[in-house]
Amino acid sequence: MSEEVAPHTHFQYADATHQSDTAVAGMWLFLASEVLFFGGLIIAWMFCRHWQPAGFDAGGRETVLWIGTLNLFLLITSSFVYSSGLAFMEAGNIRRLVQCCVVTMAIGTLFLLLKFYEWHIDLSENLFPAGPFKITGTDAGGARMFWSFYFVATVLHALHMIIGVGLVGWVAVQARRGAFDDGWYTPVEVVGLYWSFVDIVWIVLYPVIYLVGRG
Amino acid sequence: MSQIVLPQSQISYLSDGVSLRSWLLTTDHKRIAILYMISITFFFFLGGSAAALIRYNLLVPQGMIQSAETYNRLFTMHGIIMVWFFLVPAVPVTIGNFMLPLMLGARDLAFPKLNLISWYLFMAGGACALYALFSGGIDTGWTFYTPLSSNYAQGHVAAVVIGIFISGFSSIATGLNFIVTIHRLRAPGLTWYRLPVFVWSLYSTSVIFVLATPVLAITLILLLFETLFHVGVFDPRLGGDPLLFQHLFWFYSHPAVYIMILPGLGVVSEIIPVFARKELFGYKFVVWASVSIAVIAFFVWGHHMFVSGQSLFASVTFSLLSYFVAVPSAIKVFNWLGTLHKGHIRFDAPMIYAFGFIGLFTMGGLTGLFLAALAADVELHDTYFVVAHFHYIMVGGMVSAYFAALHYWWPKMTGKMYPEMLARAAALLMFLGFNVTFFPQFILGYLGMPRRYHAYPPEFQVLNVLSSAGATILAAAYLMPLVYLTFSLFRGDRAPANPWGGLGLEWQTPSPPFTINFVVTPVVTKGPYEFPKPGIEPSDV
Ligand SMILES: [Cu+2]
Repeated sequence: MSEEVAPHTHFQYADATHQSDTAVAGMWLFLASEVLFFGGLIIAWMFCRHWQPAGFDAGGRETVLWIGTLNLFLLITSSFVYSSGLAFMEAGNIRRLVQCCVVTMAIGTLFLLLKFYEWHIDLSENLFPAGPFKITGTDAGGARMFWSFYFVATVLHALHMIIGVGLVGWVAVQARRGAFDDGWYTPVEVVGLYWSFVDIVWIVLYPVIYLVGRG
Repeated sequence: MSQIVLPQSQISYLSDGVSLRSWLLTTDHKRIAILYMISITFFFFLGGSAAALIRYNLLVPQGMIQSAETYNRLFTMHGIIMVWFFLVPAVPVTIGNFMLPLMLGARDLAFPKLNLISWYLFMAGGACALYALFSGGIDTGWTFYTPLSSNYAQGHVAAVVIGIFISGFSSIATGLNFIVTIHRLRAPGLTWYRLPVFVWSLYSTSVIFVLATPVLAITLILLLFETLFHVGVFDPRLGGDPLLFQHLFWFYSHPAVYIMILPGLGVVSEIIPVFARKELFGYKFVVWASVSIAVIAFFVWGHHMFVSGQSLFASVTFSLLSYFVAVPSAIKVFNWLGTLHKGHIRFDAPMIYAFGFIGLFTMGGLTGLFLAALAADVELHDTYFVVAHFHYIMVGGMVSAYFAALHYWWPKMTGKMYPEMLARAAALLMFLGFNVTFFPQFILGYLGMPRRYHAYPPEFQVLNVLSSAGATILAAAYLMPLVYLTFSLFRGDRAPANPWGGLGLEWQTPSPPFTINFVVTPVVTKGPYEFPKPGIEPSDV
């Protein structure tokens, strides 16, 4: 977590292992707080759905299933690619790590482009919950609430994706500059944890957004 | 070990660079603590001014300030600033930042840059909130209940919500930093049961920071969505449930009350053994009381909603669980009393503040039981009884603890001694002014005066005037430390390394400490309160 070239160790640590284990612990704790962040959202979502299942299902059926599904596969693939990069790093192959980072970024960007396209479709079909709305009748209220959750959740997830693509890019640049060696590559691990978490959030959001209403 | 490059080791953190840049870009936890201290002092006096105007308004039954709108904005501003920009960061983030690494025998927190970032997040959040509060203010109260805040409130609700959201990430970052530091950076021999109680209370507080604040963050995002687009998940017109907002809000905000009080309990547990020259009575009980308060905190939020229409079963459950909080709280008070028993007590200023804390915290805690009782709460809910209760905890408790901590560690932080007699006078005046201000409010609430009204029936005037008079004493008592502590920076005597004869690791560094805290990492061989024998003077230790 340091910019000093070598040694990487800050003066409050006994040695490099002490420091890198601490960084990994910090990321796990951050992810715990992220779980509560998205967990709060999903609990509120389930609570509201419980009172108006028909409205939520009517809303959910309007989502673009193929984009959501494609994005699910993209993200799972990207996590696999990044983890392979980490494995290459552990084996000391920095060139392969950089390649894996670039592929991960490309997949992440593709995810985001698809997401923007999906939002474009949603908006052009009047699915934004404020203003004129596609669904009318008794289910309109619940459907609007579904789409409120949808936009909050997907925008938050996309922000996490943008940060993640930036972090993976940073890892690639650092790796190319030779900042890592097989004795010290903590940032690669820490960013990997984050990336996998963002992937997992999508795995949880996917059924809630795209499948429950169609079930 | 030999690879590690140490910064200049024998230089005080205060003289290690004097430019503004060296302060604003520092990663030294001690300097960041000073940055926090300056910021929260500003917020404290700002929030205090709003309180002064509130008490001024309530001097006469029809209200000295003509408009109820203005009054609403004043108490909202008071609440928001005091809760999020003073009480939450006061002891944990400010004092904790400075003391935690010193008490652990560490050279810094685990993530120094993250620590600096969290100060900038705090300031960015504060700036957003200040912008909104000064460009007209908002009238929702600090709780932002929907649909008032989302559809009917005037002013920049969105800006305040964004400000609190951002400062929440500052809390999360600090809590994360503290937890990891306590796990990973303890000096050799510093086992968990040798940790000072203050460290344990910071740990418990940090758990709440990390696990409760994100729930507030997502709640605020949902609220923001609703405020901006006038449609959302708390909107009854769509079949949404405004009570859901209250559940989510209090899921954070009740634990947040313990963010505000747990570190105070820790401070008092540090001070009492030192000034009674006796080992802390029942160390493990005190420690586990802190932890269990933090755990129970997550299961009592519904006591804020007894009259909101939640089910009777929920209310009874939350009422019972709220009673459980009294157990660890009482354990602490009895352990402090046990420590004082047959101790050789010295009445230095920190100790007077700590005594004030015990009295006021006990009052606040016991009146909390009235409010946790379902039937009594139906009568007392939203009256001045509630206002008095939480001010006894928040101001009587936490602000006293903050001043206790500030005086206790001031010599360590600044290398200067403050004028002792003035400090004792201020401590006594604070206790007096506080009681004159807030005790009448218990009676007012019991008689049925509702909170948050800018006018009241004439029969309540005597007690209200008394309360406002007390507020002027309290204001004077708060201004005193501002003056004499500032004065001591320039003209105070040089502080020795260990002016109180404390046994914690922080006293083994010079005052003020070196930038790297410890040139040689200390090795710990005993607990933090094992005083040799009662009656030994600090100079002998
Ligand atoms: Cu509460």
